[in-house]
Amino acid sequence: MAIHRRKFITAVGAATIASTAGCAQLGNNSNSGEETAAVAGETLTLTTTTSTYDTGLLDAIHPDFEEMYGVSVDAVAQGTGAALESARNGDSDVVMVHARGLEDEFMRNGYGVNRRDLMFNDFVIVGPESDPAGIGGMGSATEALTAIAEAEATFVSRGDNSGTHTKELNLWEAAGTEPGGDWYQETGTGMGEALNVANQQGAYTLSDRGTFISQRSEIDLTILVQGPIEGGPEILSNPYGILAVNPGVHENANYDLAMAYIGWITSPGAQDAISNYEMNGEQLFFPEAVSEDPDFQQYVPEGWSSSSSDA
Amino acid sequence: MPIEPAAQLLPAVVDLPFREGYVSSIIYVSLYVSLAAVALSTAFSVPVAILLGLADFPGKQFVKSVINTGMGFPSVVVGLVVLFAVSNQGPLGSLELIFTKEAMIMSQFVLATPPITAISLAAIAGVDEPVRDAAHALGGTRFDVALVVLKEARYGIATAILAGFGRAISEVGSVLIVGGNITSASGISKTRTLTTAIQLEARQGQYETAMVLGAVLVTLVLTVNAVVVRFGDRGVKP
Repeated sequence: MAIHRRKFITAVGAATIASTAGCAQLGNNSNSGEETAAVAGETLTLTTTTSTYDTGLLDAIHPDFEEMYGVSVDAVAQGTGAALESARNGDSDVVMVHARGLEDEFMRNGYGVNRRDLMFNDFVIVGPESDPAGIGGMGSATEALTAIAEAEATFVSRGDNSGTHTKELNLWEAAGTEPGGDWYQETGTGMGEALNVANQQGAYTLSDRGTFISQRSEIDLTILVQGPIEGGPEILSNPYGILAVNPGVHENANYDLAMAYIGWITSPGAQDAISNYEMNGEQLFFPEAVSEDPDFQQYVPEGWSSSSSDA
Repeated sequence: MPIEPAAQLLPAVVDLPFREGYVSSIIYVSLYVSLAAVALSTAFSVPVAILLGLADFPGKQFVKSVINTGMGFPSVVVGLVVLFAVSNQGPLGSLELIFTKEAMIMSQFVLATPPITAISLAAIAGVDEPVRDAAHALGGTRFDVALVVLKEARYGIATAILAGFGRAISEVGSVLIVGGNITSASGISKTRTLTTAIQLEARQGQYETAMVLGAVLVTLVLTVNAVVVRFGDRGVKP
């Protein structure tokens, strides 16, 4: 077995001023077998979306994983598009995102393997109490967006290729409206920032429920169109997936540890921890990996059909 | 409203959501990265500045103008270039430096070197001709002359190093790109600096927390400046 790059670099790093992180790993690199001890001391790089990170979920559940395997997790919050791009470049080992279309493309291009459904929450359309476009209580997200467009009420878009932005664009498309004009503003920033911008301007925006809840006390916006968790339309659901970077494409990807992580986070224990994670008394994420009625579709890209096996 | 008058912010300082070790670890990372980068920059820049200041050669003005241009080089562009270099697909990809302090030091080095070189050069060029001539006349070698000039220019060089440090520690764009703003789950910073922590808090609308971290950053910069100035003053008194 060739010298593992990461361990080699650890050894080199120890001899330089640059070695503060690595000393503890040196004793443990003779064995690269299948047992979990082989991953001890290693570091998993997880690229993820801002919503899982900014809500504090990952910080709440990761210590359990780190302790169990004796590893550390470097969580980099980038937004779905950037998180997948980092993984595509081989700069992360595992990806947690929420845009099924982009995840499937990533899988079909061979960069990801072993995708699992992880958890879900939902999106909500928020806006000022005054509700200039009159969308409050609408049961349809697309009708609400159409009303906003017709009223030319200010709408703040993430505009950053994140999972939320992707969902928003899908909604506009479903509404048959091409957003544009002075009332449609792209911030190019994270969800929290977009909520602040919308708040300052008394504008509408699409937010994931978790970020909105975590920020609600700071802003004057209110939920005008609910997602499926509160009985709103299914189109506002927000499913998260977890994928390992394909070690066949990027040989330096820490695949053993990535799979240990996926196995752990889809286990009943971690799924319980996810459902128990609350902020301001509200549950933010709903586990989806463990079910008595498993969805086999989660293992293949959506819409994947081979002509022979369509049943 | 999220932004309240500054006076009302102060009571909120008491119960900020900092975990134990969080603030001290991001201070540590900020200082480690900036000081390491500035030390490397200084080791590189001062000899270059002496060489440029004492030697005459064709193209000297061109080299100077390149250095001066570098002073205004946008940090996010440096971050992008370093990202391409250290990414798994880049020329240094096999070193696995992405999302590490070392990658942050690389980008800070690139950013701090031009101001340190340019300001040192100005200080060295500002040392009076008679001082150099006297050193020569007393039988000094080129090395002795360089030492004398260095001694005369030491305040200017200290200012240069401070300028480089100021640029490095207050910089946010490139360290965010190449460092990834990582803390461990227990809240100990790996590549999170004060600036990227402020950016994160502002992104989440936690302006009070961001303000406190901003105050810590400003205090840190002031302290380092004060220490250097103090150090310099001691030298000048008889």
